[in-house]
Amino acid sequence: MKLELRGITKRFGSLVANDSIDLVVEPGEIHCLLGENGAGKSTLMNVLYGLYQPDDGQIVVNDNKVAFSGPGDAMAAGIGMVHQHFMLVPVFTVAENVMLGQEHVGAAGLLDMDAARRDVREISDRYGFNVDPDARVEDLPVGVQQRVEIIKALVRKADVLILDEPTAVLTPQETDELIAIMRQLKADGTSIVFITHKLREVRAIADRITVIRRGAVVGEASPDASENELASMMVGRSVSLTVDKAPAEPGDVAFAIDDLSVVDDRGAAVVDHVSFDVRGGEILAVGGVQGNGQTELVEAILGVQEHVTGSIRLDGRELLGRGVDDVLDAGVGFVPEDRTVDGIVSSFSVAENLVLDLYKRAPFARGLSLRGAELAKNARQRVEEFDIRTSGIDTPAGTLSGGNQQKVVVARELSRPLKLFIAAQPTRGLDVGSIEFVHKRIVRERDNGTPVIIVSTELDEISALADRIAVMYRGRIVGIVPGDTGRDVLGLMMAGIAPDEAQAEAEANPTEVSLAADDAPAVSDPEDGQS
Amino acid sequence: MTASPAVSADLAVRPSWKAPIVFGLLALVAVIAFGVLGESGETSTFGISTSSDAWQIDPLALSSQPVALGLSLVCVVVAAYSAWLVRAGQAAPAWLTVLFAIAFVLAFLVWAVAGEQISFTSLMQGALALSVPLVFGALSGVLCERAGVINIAIEGQLLAGAFLSAVVATLTGSLYVGLVAAVVAGLLVAFVLAVFAIKYVVNQIIVGVVLNVLVLGVTNFLYGQLLAPEAATWNSPGTLPRVEIPLLSEIPVIGPVLFEQTIIVYAMYVTVALVHVALFRTRWGLRVRSVGEHPKAADTLGIRVNTVRFRNVLLGGAVAGFGGAFFTLGNVGAFSREMSAGQGFIALAAMIFGRWSPLGALGAALLFGFANNLQSVLGIIGTPIPSEFMLMLPYILTIFAVAGLVGRVRAPAADGEPYVKS
Repeated sequence: MKLELRGITKRFGSLVANDSIDLVVEPGEIHCLLGENGAGKSTLMNVLYGLYQPDDGQIVVNDNKVAFSGPGDAMAAGIGMVHQHFMLVPVFTVAENVMLGQEHVGAAGLLDMDAARRDVREISDRYGFNVDPDARVEDLPVGVQQRVEIIKALVRKADVLILDEPTAVLTPQETDELIAIMRQLKADGTSIVFITHKLREVRAIADRITVIRRGAVVGEASPDASENELASMMVGRSVSLTVDKAPAEPGDVAFAIDDLSVVDDRGAAVVDHVSFDVRGGEILAVGGVQGNGQTELVEAILGVQEHVTGSIRLDGRELLGRGVDDVLDAGVGFVPEDRTVDGIVSSFSVAENLVLDLYKRAPFARGLSLRGAELAKNARQRVEEFDIRTSGIDTPAGTLSGGNQQKVVVARELSRPLKLFIAAQPTRGLDVGSIEFVHKRIVRERDNGTPVIIVSTELDEISALADRIAVMYRGRIVGIVPGDTGRDVLGLMMAGIAPDEAQAEAEANPTEVSLAADDAPAVSDPEDGQS
Repeated sequence: MTASPAVSADLAVRPSWKAPIVFGLLALVAVIAFGVLGESGETSTFGISTSSDAWQIDPLALSSQPVALGLSLVCVVVAAYSAWLVRAGQAAPAWLTVLFAIAFVLAFLVWAVAGEQISFTSLMQGALALSVPLVFGALSGVLCERAGVINIAIEGQLLAGAFLSAVVATLTGSLYVGLVAAVVAGLLVAFVLAVFAIKYVVNQIIVGVVLNVLVLGVTNFLYGQLLAPEAATWNSPGTLPRVEIPLLSEIPVIGPVLFEQTIIVYAMYVTVALVHVALFRTRWGLRVRSVGEHPKAADTLGIRVNTVRFRNVLLGGAVAGFGGAFFTLGNVGAFSREMSAGQGFIALAAMIFGRWSPLGALGAALLFGFANNLQSVLGIIGTPIPSEFMLMLPYILTIFAVAGLVGRVRAPAADGEPYVKS
């Protein structure tokens, strides 16, 4: 099926999310849509899938103009979509999820579950998905859930499959499996639109690449282009793909966790006998697939988790059992993983958000009252120092872009002397410019001699920042390895394989994604670009 | 790829000690109060057939103290067994809880009835009668909440159904037209709820509470102005006849309880079965549940979320309105002020106790009806316990249920959350 988008424009209020975008997807090709977070890729695909109505432009299928009033129309036209956040009902079985909206009905109007199971098995067997139709979706790992989504689209006879950031939740090995699946689909004649901001994957799989920046197509690129070329097209200037940092000069052990365990409400151990230490002037990165206990680990350190056992020592003082206030007073700076929920109060001004954990101290408080002048002075300094793009310090923080919101959080946490700095997913959803900035500030804090803990699910980020890497799997630390450990080894560790075994396995079976990157080793010297 | 092993043994999920502890304490109460301190030498007599039954069974006369003690000891055994299970790392199964409850209630009954006689059949008949509005109300709740809309307005829907059915039946002289009017009344209340909660995204609980107060006010006003002064014109519908089902009604003990009822009760049996099958076995049910769990996912599959919700709220209103007719046409034969008396809220509790399933809701509503009737029966023959305490029993049960004694209670994930397309 040939699919064309002609001059698609979509506005949200004054924001133009898509500005007359043209895109042609030929039958049986893998077409990558490359762009930064917020560039308008997902909006475009939601228009294509009938979830949004375009303000202007046309969708053309096999040379016929079509209009989709909802996803049902798009599916009928042969378009399937795997959303970034899976659209699966967690308490339903795989078969129920697959049949939903297009149910097989048997005698007396009852659901024909056998037919649904057959559908699932047929596609699962054809592509080697290994999915049990009667498994409950909430019990399945994310990689398998993603296959359920693909089965859903294929059962509906999708000729064009849109994959929205499909690798964000996968380990490198799972990504490799996904790439194999995509190749199989392509061989069967299915076209694929692959949305991503990850350059390695694009180069490994794409037949053609369309780059989108700020809602507009900035050009096509060949899959042979180097990562640097793709990155500068995507961002609009040359960028640093690695972080400039001097070798670490670790001091004494400043922060130590010993035998830490966290049990959740249901009684399951989410952090399971974890021990590690961090030296002053060192970045320890905690890696792992989302949901393997990283969140609970940092929350336990901060003191917001219940049912914690073990020991957390900062400069010899026990932190476990203290209130959050005490922990912060002890000199812990914390950047939470979800800035909009835990990092800022969106209706508060930038100035207020910059003192959320400082407002009780001098010089911001006097007795029971706040000193507005001090708040404003502090805010102007931080906005300047951290390059926060805001129309003013009294602007509600919620109206800022994601990158600037994150700078507000980072600025607040770094604006007092720290004994320990923890940042969870510090650059999630940020544009490249903001990522560079946040990374630089994190490295600078390390160079000040502060022990730093970074939690990230992005291997690129971990490799860029870490002096040492601890990989978590099912609440445990699989191993702690040096910062320069290869991606494949880390990927295997993220699946629970011990470091030595992972090392051997990675050497024997390197993944395509890592191979795709190998021919462009010289990407680390961007500073001579005219940024 | 091999995955690394499961969690360490010392952190593994352990079954809760809640159940054995509660069982143990209650069993102790039973042994001491019903057994040891029970009146010795008395008999408790239970009539188990009525005079009109085809087969007469002699009343059951039990020696109070030994039988109560025996049943209490069953409770002790169950408590000990559940403690042993938990110690061995297993959770107590649900049937154990049911067994405990039955033994405890029977021990209590034998103790309370010592030296007296009660009719088991009429106890059960009364329990069913008190359950009917609860069952319809809880079903209404299931229909709405499974689709993701909280229906606090059940109370108002029951009351509106009771009111309009009485008035229309009186005016037209037909009880069956009155039943239709009850459905219409429930629909009207539900329509207002649906418009505000779904279309205008007003907080569902607030709309529901306001509707309850509105219906109460309107019916009170009309009752005072019309129904009370001119009862013959407005408020004398009479009651539906009891229909005996051939053969089934002759079954000893349960026959007269279940199958000598009005058409409303038979409709209840059918509705519960129908809703249960429809919700879990049909396309309609699958879509309703998907909308209540993950509306966005349903939307991406071409299911119109708010249409499904709207329909279900109307359906729920119709069911609750119909159930309201039981107060008037099925039971008393006339409308009276504030007739629903909070039953709509108990119905919500029954829905939660029944874990959002029609059959579960039926069971919970029957249990609440039984407890309610037990208190009035025991109030008449006079028991050592003040009947006000007995009245609290259903609510105490609900609190235990919600606290997780009968297993984890999980509401539909999108319950109460409006769906707005971005």
